[in-house]
Amino acid sequence: MKTVFEPTRGMVPVDTSYCPGCTHGIAHRIIMECLEERGSLGNTIGVVPIGCSINAHHFMNVDMCESTHGRAPAIAAGIRRVHPDQVVFTYQGDGDLASIGTAEIIHAAHRGEKFTTFFINNAIYGMTGGQMAPTTLIGQKTTTSVNGRTVEQAGLPLKMCEIISQIDCAVFVERVMLNNPANIRKAKAVVKKALDIQDARLGFTFVEFLSSCPTNWGLAPKDALKFVGENMAEYYPVRNFKTPEGF
Amino acid sequence: MKKKLFFAGAGGQGALAIGQMIAKAAMDEGKEVTWLPSYGPEMRGGTANCTVVVSDRPISCPLINEADMLVVMNLPSLTKFQSMVVPGGTIFINSSLVPISSNRTDVKVVEVPANEIANKLGNDRASNIVMLSAILKETGIVEVETIRHELEKMFSGRKAKFLPANLEALKSYLD
Amino acid sequence: MMSRILMKGNEAFAEAAIRAGVKCYFGYPITPQNEIPEYMSHELPKAGGSFIQAESELAAINMAFGAAASGGRVFISTSSPGIALMQEGIGFIASCEVPVVILNVSRGGPGVGGIQPGQADYFQVTRGGYNGDVRIPVFAPSSIQECADLIYECFDIAEEYRNPVVILADGMLGQMMEPVDLPEARGITPVEKINEKKPWAITGTDNHPGRNVVYSLRLDPQVLENHVHDMFERYAKAEKELVRWSDQGLPDAEIVFVAFGTMSRLCVEAIEILEERGIKAGLIRPISLWPYPEAAFDKIGKNCKVVLSTELSMGQMLVDVKAAAKGRWPVGLINRTGGMVPSSIEIADRAEKALKEAEK
Repeated sequence: MKTVFEPTRGMVPVDTSYCPGCTHGIAHRIIMECLEERGSLGNTIGVVPIGCSINAHHFMNVDMCESTHGRAPAIAAGIRRVHPDQVVFTYQGDGDLASIGTAEIIHAAHRGEKFTTFFINNAIYGMTGGQMAPTTLIGQKTTTSVNGRTVEQAGLPLKMCEIISQIDCAVFVERVMLNNPANIRKAKAVVKKALDIQDARLGFTFVEFLSSCPTNWGLAPKDALKFVGENMAEYYPVRNFKTPEGF
Repeated sequence: MKKKLFFAGAGGQGALAIGQMIAKAAMDEGKEVTWLPSYGPEMRGGTANCTVVVSDRPISCPLINEADMLVVMNLPSLTKFQSMVVPGGTIFINSSLVPISSNRTDVKVVEVPANEIANKLGNDRASNIVMLSAILKETGIVEVETIRHELEKMFSGRKAKFLPANLEALKSYLD
Repeated sequence: MMSRILMKGNEAFAEAAIRAGVKCYFGYPITPQNEIPEYMSHELPKAGGSFIQAESELAAINMAFGAAASGGRVFISTSSPGIALMQEGIGFIASCEVPVVILNVSRGGPGVGGIQPGQADYFQVTRGGYNGDVRIPVFAPSSIQECADLIYECFDIAEEYRNPVVILADGMLGQMMEPVDLPEARGITPVEKINEKKPWAITGTDNHPGRNVVYSLRLDPQVLENHVHDMFERYAKAEKELVRWSDQGLPDAEIVFVAFGTMSRLCVEAIEILEERGIKAGLIRPISLWPYPEAAFDKIGKNCKVVLSTELSMGQMLVDVKAAAKGRWPVGLINRTGGMVPSSIEIADRAEKALKEAEK
């Protein structure tokens, strides 16, 4: 019989612990498929954040370590100094990267660290139960903005791709969204490109995934994907911000 | 033999440097030494001083309560530190910049016009080496040859152009 | 004799760390340890290692974690407020069972405090500001030679115990110069040999059997308790094997000073001053601050009237001295703080007064 589909060896064959409708699983899978397709699973080192995806090392079938909250880019910088030839990445959520870890991500970009950061932006703190994140949209209700986020109280949401792309040594910056199969395929192509540019050691590479959190948004999975495609994509434009020549 | 030396001046006058040169020379001559600088937030100006202990035996304490020898490169250092010299000790005063002598009558005072001599040699910045020359002549605490050797190492490469003036300064009290 | 080099304590730490085969150093400028990042920035790359000037101490300790978790030999240094910032990282690294050598060239506190020597970080390094059940071996050198020798050895200790190790120095030790005989250079472990020595290191699954994960999170309380018990088995071994001290004059001493680092050297001179006054004094110099050298106190003789914790803090080591004295002698404190350092005469005078009070 002809095999037409096999799960990637890049994922450990267990059920993930993420909520139904959460897009972490999709992001994990496309990153791991890319690593498998380019033959990198055996020479990759990944860093997981604090947040729901601290569990990513149970699912991603590569050598990994945990991090303290927001410090994954500093940890990856240390790993890169010991392992100049491996594929190195961080996988971070928006509370981790855009709030407590802003200094580390900015300075990883500033030094042009030769690793890739995959940034999962679901506009909320998931693991701690749905508090407002720096990326929470105006009007969005969370457990620390029960009547909806206001500009007066919390300012406007932070656009990380726009910030990172201002830094000269960040050479590849792109925002993708995981709201439908076509966009997921596009996202996978962007992940592959980011890893190829990492291989070229040209500088820092950064991919932001607009993602969903149906549980904490209080939406059904399908409606959550609609929210990603309409509300989030409206404020966070899905596009390439920067690509080095030749890619 | 155990000698406690104290060097003080304004930052940039080279008091710490000659203290360090004596410490290093004494070490090369097989002695035990400690060199302890004062340190502060300012990079230049302010006062800078260091304590040097030279001994035949291991040195327990790098801090001193009294000095056998005090070297002052400017006036505030003289007023501040002259009382710490033991009776019978020696105070070296940079008389180019210190208009008064010590009020101590129970110590030996050596006045060294360090800046004037250094200027005549064409390098005002070698005033500390002129002072070092006077110290070596008066105390013989380390061999002149050891110091000469150190100067040669210190002023090599890009800094080699400063060597002749410093070697001249070292001779100022010793020829 | 001629092989000796006159070095600042900070330079000796840096050079001895390079000779111990350090692969990575991460630092952030803070007085009085700035000679170390400066030295490492130009000398470590020559030896084949890597230097990063981190954006903060927070980043530095986490860079250290990443480099060490992936098998590199790592050294970081800072001064008191910098250690305060690193505390979360230190506890996390201990929980992840990763070896890192951390140097604190401490200064006067609290807060930003001052930059003159202090020993008021004793609680900070022996008890820690990190959360959870963690112990960190802490060593305190008192001469520049010992700075070099201790740091050289601490990398092996950290790797054997798979735990951070802290060296506690102070500004005076960092800034002063003494002759040093430097240990021989060992060279950096090549990346392809990392897993031979550290099978747990995350180097990529091609380099070792199975998959390596370095982690701290254990949501199952039983699993976490077991993990903490594993850590404490190693700590129990440390309490047997890492105890270090030196002492002098204990069998006959009427006064016993207990002092570490710079203060111990002042005490040696105070002992000479007291001898001239006809008073016999001795010294216990803890080299390991944790585990604390309680056994040293058993060497104190029958003449002892008073034990004096002598420190640059308001009496932090005093707690351990009292515990070690076990009520056998009155325990007093001779101290200055805030960056003030007592003279040996002041120490001798205060000790003599304490002796008279104890004899009343």
